[in-house]
Amino acid sequence: MKRLGPGLILALMLGFAFLYLPIVTLIAYSFNASRLVTVWGGFSTHWYGALMANEPLLDAAWLSIRLGVVSATLATALGTLAALALTRHGRFPGRTLFSGMVLAPLVMPEVVTGLSLLLLFVAADVERGFWTVTVAHATFSLGFACIVVQARLAGFDRSLEEAAQDLGATPFVTFWTVTLPLIWPAVAAAWMLAFTLSLDDLVVASFTTGPGATTLPMRLYSAVKLGVSPEINAACTIMIGAVAVVVVGASLLLKREQLSAG
Amino acid sequence: MSAGPTHLAGLRRLVVIVPYLWLALFFLAPFAIVLRMAFSQAATALPPYAPHWEGLARLGDFLSQLDLANFSLLADDPLYWQSYLYSLRLAAMTTLAALAIGYPLAYAMASAPPRWRGLLLVLVILPFWTSFLIRVYAWIGILRPDGLLDAALASLGFEGEPLRLLNTEAAVLIGMVYSYLPFMVLPLFATLEKLDRGLLEAAADLGARPLTAFLTVTLPLSLPGILAGAALVFIPAVGEFVIPDLLGGPDTVMIGKVLWSEFFSNRDWPLASAVAVVLLVVLVLPLVLLQRARLRREMAA
Repeated sequence: MKRLGPGLILALMLGFAFLYLPIVTLIAYSFNASRLVTVWGGFSTHWYGALMANEPLLDAAWLSIRLGVVSATLATALGTLAALALTRHGRFPGRTLFSGMVLAPLVMPEVVTGLSLLLLFVAADVERGFWTVTVAHATFSLGFACIVVQARLAGFDRSLEEAAQDLGATPFVTFWTVTLPLIWPAVAAAWMLAFTLSLDDLVVASFTTGPGATTLPMRLYSAVKLGVSPEINAACTIMIGAVAVVVVGASLLLKREQLSAG
Repeated sequence: MSAGPTHLAGLRRLVVIVPYLWLALFFLAPFAIVLRMAFSQAATALPPYAPHWEGLARLGDFLSQLDLANFSLLADDPLYWQSYLYSLRLAAMTTLAALAIGYPLAYAMASAPPRWRGLLLVLVILPFWTSFLIRVYAWIGILRPDGLLDAALASLGFEGEPLRLLNTEAAVLIGMVYSYLPFMVLPLFATLEKLDRGLLEAAADLGARPLTAFLTVTLPLSLPGILAGAALVFIPAVGEFVIPDLLGGPDTVMIGKVLWSEFFSNRDWPLASAVAVVLLVVLVLPLVLLQRARLRREMAA
């Protein structure tokens, strides 16, 4: 392998500078003692203290985490079933419609998803709040979860499942003891993706929520509309830190899993 | 009690039925309601508006009373079709800019020694895992008057007026390219990494200069990656709401924002539904064309 030429090294440096400089400045200014974004007033954790006293924001964060856990679990369960249906069930009536419905949310504009679900909830006269947002998030994350699991199911040795069934295992037992242990890294990845999508969503939640269920992105959005403040920077820094810890931790776990699997 | 074969078949069928029902209820039915709402009148549909399910018996009635007022408003009022066109234009500009930035980046990543590639890949994906809102917010601090960009320029000795980039089209474009860049880089990297470097050496042996070899070998072979990346950037960019709302100004009215304000500010649900229907048609059409082009290519190959 040749060494990278100076042009390519420059491309890498510029590309990653573009991707990371905004995030780095955001983190740096969360430790700024001055309220002014452009004036560096010395290092301070003042804004983190202020954040810890911000009840509404903390409530919203807790709500978003609960919502993310429930909707990601639902989306992963449904997405795994959908992936099984698409890879293991051959032809069934309405298969084209089914795969279309699974994949459509991936390209649906969020505003359309949000509006259509809200109209459904209004038509069905359900009280809007935690559960309507959860259902909405599970619905649009389902397709993403399905794709991740489907990729794993497609590249996997079917003879193991056949062997289990030849030995008398029911499909359910086969799934539980053979298939699921083999695809679990994909299932875990699907769950994390669905959780992130839920935690990240502003538009669909704004449409489908009701009084008393304000998610973290909704709080952040209204704060951002009012202007830049070091306190929002501090909130963002904590979120970025949490994501970095989870992503790095997950990839280390996955690496160890792969090593032990040989 | 042992599970009989019928019981088993039922269990197997559940694998299909459960997600099927879920999607029919929460994807298909809402869409039907949007369609229905798009053809109804604002006056009778002021919120709190509860459309009743009238069943198939009323379908004839419904069809004879179809109200096209919302759609003719969309066609007549320049605000709407101009914002559709504007969204398409801005999404196209975003796609081209993301390609211009993403291609060299993906190319350099694919040319890096294999042991670096995993790390580089994680570095591209990591920003995607951080909140979208946060990434857009970061740019407000940079682009606003007397923000970090102005401060950086001033410290480099550029005196003068602040740039006033925030709330302009340039700001929206920067925010969109920034947010969607990973979607361009990942498919490009995947195709470029698989590219057979032997072909480039062969081209060089036959006397092609590096630029010629790139234009005649690498670029055509990476076309599938370019198309995949372009689709992944263009499609969500058309319906984008958050970025034009936070970084844009009064003259950067994208269709996602129009739908949002029709719904939340004007509370005209039928009109918002009509905007949604047209937005889907505008988006689905290029998708179908793209899919057909891909099928044709696969048939040819």
